Amino acid sequence: MREKVISIVQSYGKNSGRLMDILLSVQSEFGCVSEEAVSLIASELGISEVDVNQTKTFYHFFTTNRVGKYAIYMNNSVVSEMMGMAEVVDELEKQTGVKFGQTTPDGLVSLHFTACIGMSDQEPAALINSVVFTQLNRDKVRKLISDMREGKPVESMFSEYGDGVNANPLVKSMVKNNIRKAGPVTLGEYAVGTSLGKALGMDPNAVIDEVKNSGLRGRGGAGFPTGLKWMFCSKEAGEKYVMCNADEGEPGTFKDRVLLTERANMLFEGMTIAGWAIGAKEGVLYLRFEYKYLKAYLESVLADMRTKNLLGNNILGKGFNYDIRIQFGAGAYVCGEESALIESSEGKRGEPRNRPPFPVQKGYNAKPTVINNVETFCSVVKIVEQGSAWYKAMGTEESAGTKLLSISGDCEKPGVYEIAWGMTLNEMLAMVGATDVQAVQVAGPSGSCIPPSQFGRKIAIEDLATGGSMIVIGKKRDLLKDVVMNFMRFFEDESCGSCVTCRSFNMILTKQIEKVVAGTAIRTDIDNMKAWSQIIRKTSRCGLGQTSSNPITTTIENFRELYEARTKDVAYQSDFDMNKAVADSCKVVGRVPNVHHE
Amino acid sequence: MSKPIVATASLAGCFGCHMSLLDIDERILKLIELVEFNKSPIDDIKTFTKQCDIGIIEGGCCNSENIEVLKLFRKNCKILISLGECAIMGGLPAMRNGIPVKECLDEAYLNGPTVGENKEHIMPNDDELPMILDKVYPLHEIVKIDYYLPGCAPRADLIWAAVAALVTGDTLNIPYELVKFD
Amino acid sequence: MSEIVKFTIDGKEYEGVKGQLLVEVAAEKGIYIPVLCHWKGVKPAGSCRICSVKVNGRFMAGCTTPLEADMKIENDTPEILDIRKAIVEMLFVEGNHFCPSCEKSGNCDLQALGYRYQMMVPRFPYEFERRDIDASSPKLIIEKNRCIFCKRCVRMIKDEQGKSYFAFKGRGKHLQISLDKKLAVTMSEENAHKAMDACPVGCILRKEVGFAVPIGKRKYDHVSIGTDIEKLNK
Ligand SMILES: Cc1cc2nc3c(=O)[nH]c(=O)nc-3n(C[C@H](O)[C@H](O)[C@H](O)COP(=O)(O)O)c2cc1C
Ligand code: SF4
Ligand code: SF4
Ligand code: SF4
Ligand code: SF4
Repeated sequence: MREKVISIVQSYGKNSGRLMDILLSVQSEFGCVSEEAVSLIASELGISEVDVNQTKTFYHFFTTNRVGKYAIYMNNSVVSEMMGMAEVVDELEKQTGVKFGQTTPDGLVSLHFTACIGMSDQEPAALINSVVFTQLNRDKVRKLISDMREGKPVESMFSEYGDGVNANPLVKSMVKNNIRKAGPVTLGEYAVGTSLGKALGMDPNAVIDEVKNSGLRGRGGAGFPTGLKWMFCSKEAGEKYVMCNADEGEPGTFKDRVLLTERANMLFEGMTIAGWAIGAKEGVLYLRFEYKYLKAYLESVLADMRTKNLLGNNILGKGFNYDIRIQFGAGAYVCGEESALIESSEGKRGEPRNRPPFPVQKGYNAKPTVINNVETFCSVVKIVEQGSAWYKAMGTEESAGTKLLSISGDCEKPGVYEIAWGMTLNEMLAMVGATDVQAVQVAGPSGSCIPPSQFGRKIAIEDLATGGSMIVIGKKRDLLKDVVMNFMRFFEDESCGSCVTCRSFNMILTKQIEKVVAGTAIRTDIDNMKAWSQIIRKTSRCGLGQTSSNPITTTIENFRELYEARTKDVAYQSDFDMNKAVADSCKVVGRVPNVHHE
Repeated sequence: MSKPIVATASLAGCFGCHMSLLDIDERILKLIELVEFNKSPIDDIKTFTKQCDIGIIEGGCCNSENIEVLKLFRKNCKILISLGECAIMGGLPAMRNGIPVKECLDEAYLNGPTVGENKEHIMPNDDELPMILDKVYPLHEIVKIDYYLPGCAPRADLIWAAVAALVTGDTLNIPYELVKFD
Repeated sequence: MSEIVKFTIDGKEYEGVKGQLLVEVAAEKGIYIPVLCHWKGVKPAGSCRICSVKVNGRFMAGCTTPLEADMKIENDTPEILDIRKAIVEMLFVEGNHFCPSCEKSGNCDLQALGYRYQMMVPRFPYEFERRDIDASSPKLIIEKNRCIFCKRCVRMIKDEQGKSYFAFKGRGKHLQISLDKKLAVTMSEENAHKAMDACPVGCILRKEVGFAVPIGKRKYDHVSIGTDIEKLNK
């Protein structure tokens, strides 16, 4: 073990900036990053053990104890739950004889929960040793566990592959693309290299102007004008970086997964155009660990582009040197926040930075950095190819072009849709075959829960902005329990914890919604939840804390009656339960509880 | 107008708060003039003999009896005051909160350094004894509390000022030095 | 050359050096913006959020925001004071703060803010999470029940080679402060004291000292935290 760990550290040049990669390699080699390994890594890197541990313990795919030979990470996101996760969980526990969070005594199987893995269109889904299994049910679980008992390799536990690149020999995944509607931009026709060739023939500033004029705004959710971001960065001096945000962690989105699968060339081309525009030599694709099944394929695309001289030295003979590397995350939603993503790429805890400085001023390795979403880079490719006017003609005044939506939940046709901005929710619901709709969760947990009375509203940055997640919630769902509570638990788990308000309020608000669901809350609790939500929104450092109370505030706003039905209109109510409170102590001392009832 | 009636109790507390209540020096005479005491360890009245105006409670709730007494106070007093850290947040007894009851009882009766011989592993379990709760509860988690006077013990001047303000109806302005948590 | 710019705090006009952090600018003017994680000269953490102010109508952390021309800063408003009080209350319910038995009591910045805002009872339910005490190192006790995750120790205490003694472990509600076991063995007396003094609460304690100053003579027994700054204004 000693030699292996040392050689891993050496393979990354004993560079503590590559600590993420070192930990990922160690975890995959040994099924854990043991204390012994931590100590070795620390001494090899010349840093203290607590510094290795602080990174290690931030990410949930790093474990101190060895995971099972088959490590099953079950997605517990809202859509997974809606589609029958409970049954799958129950069957997994039955078949293995252990509970979630445990490993079978023989070390064969370990069961873990994990946040949304980007498969909301084919839930319930799980990762088993980084291989994706979708649409699980009791039968499939029984089969899987018996295969594991036989020691079969995970890859041989299924033989049907998904469509398109999913069936590529380097991918061989059962994941389906579910492209339901292609549009003219990201899912339209695409010829490798045309756009890059055109861009390299232009002055970098002209490329930026083209992007600026197109009206393209970031597709990661915040909607910042892309051209402006590039311009700010291009004005900075010295070495620069381009980073692509492929962390896609917002529950309910999976459109970047489809682009990474079907438009990898396009994405890398977009990143290269960005490099040319701002004057960077290196690009980094920050890819969530959940999409590791695409690693070999993406590496092959990069290699292919290098041989075609679309990457590397003197690209297309235009004297431009640029290359791209892939950086994996290790399970932390907050790493989708751009400055946390940078920290993570530097081998640190994914804690968002304070601003200023902004990444365009001081980003990766303290150098000016442009970070964009996968879809943003892909859009740029078509914009440069077809011109900004072509692009701007689509969509609405303030939201130019098309948008990929990841639509899931209670509808007939979950999947990816490329639509022009401006579509109403009513139109969207008709498109996906959704009836009896109670609400649409627009933009994931950090977005808003929209009631039918507002289904006439437009999907556009100026009205209902979204990074793409659209979850349809049918009438049969218990909105507060199935949706709001799940979302709040998600934020509680994913808060990085560095600001007081986000760390604590998510915990407290989660307890409050649990109280409402349990029926022990009173009316003033609703007002408190509203007031406390304001505090976390106003004082948190990053977008996570600033939006994590949205599940509560938007449902109080739009579905107040659901809260009122579950709360008593009294001045005070205690949730103290004497029977529960004395149960343990009576058991320990050996007596029968005698609780008087008033 | 008849004198306001005050009742007091010590739950899971050390009586330090009551000591502080008595620490108001000569003002105690004025207090007796202002109010009448009912159920309280101060006058040794064991049961409520009438409806009270103000209930002052020190100590949190660590067992079933504390809960019953507290509820009785809530029923019999118009205004309830949480007096001292123990009442407000459990205080030192609440240091056991978060630790499973079994671990606490084992430590207390079996493994602790102060345990003498307990070969039969006996733990007190007589039916007459109050039952231990899973944690020490602040009073306001059990019943509605109207006012809080922090401190361990709360400064005598704070108690005096608060009770006097309640009785006379004056507004309470608390000087900096009176609000302390130790 | 440092550029002098105009700005206002609570409607009053001032001039200050552009780029200076708001908490420090304000302090120079005799205006107290409370801080728990900030330490002059050390890279700001922006983690306690108690220094939240409104700048041109938007909430910002005063310890990470540099002064710009024409900033309209709100500091002493009911909205902001309530938020600060809420944060203090939040920290009291999140950790386990048994002040009567705490070595730092009377000299603790968190407690002092509780006094300043006259916190009688936190509005939030107590968590009572179990946290450990780490007394395994020769010089220090780490009383994790009291840690408020200000990162002062993480940012400030390093050995001669720049290695960290302290770092966070876990994330979110599982956050913990940890002291490097190996480095702690050789920690200098100077660093041990520096760590204890930097910690705004009673989480880092030098073994065998404590309760040194009697009640009545401690830092915050008679004067409120922030008084030293506000004196300038009088
Ligand atoms: C908690 C949090 C998570 C985020 N996750 C993602 C993500 O998974 N993908 C993404 O592109 N942007 C995400 N963002 C937005 C990024 O911070 C950033 O705005 C975006 O990557 C910029 O690219 P764009 O301008 O192309 O959208 C997230 C933001 C926050 C606050
Ligand atoms: S808001 Fe939450 S996620 Fe963002 S920095 Fe603060 S604690 Fe971390
Ligand atoms: S608050 Fe202090 S004085 Fe009062 S009962 Fe508790 S320990 Fe005793
Ligand atoms: S650290 Fe401060 S607030 Fe916490 S117990 Fe000690 S004195 Fe009280
Ligand atoms: S131990 Fe003290 S200095 Fe370190 S983070 Fe915790 S509260 Fe801050």
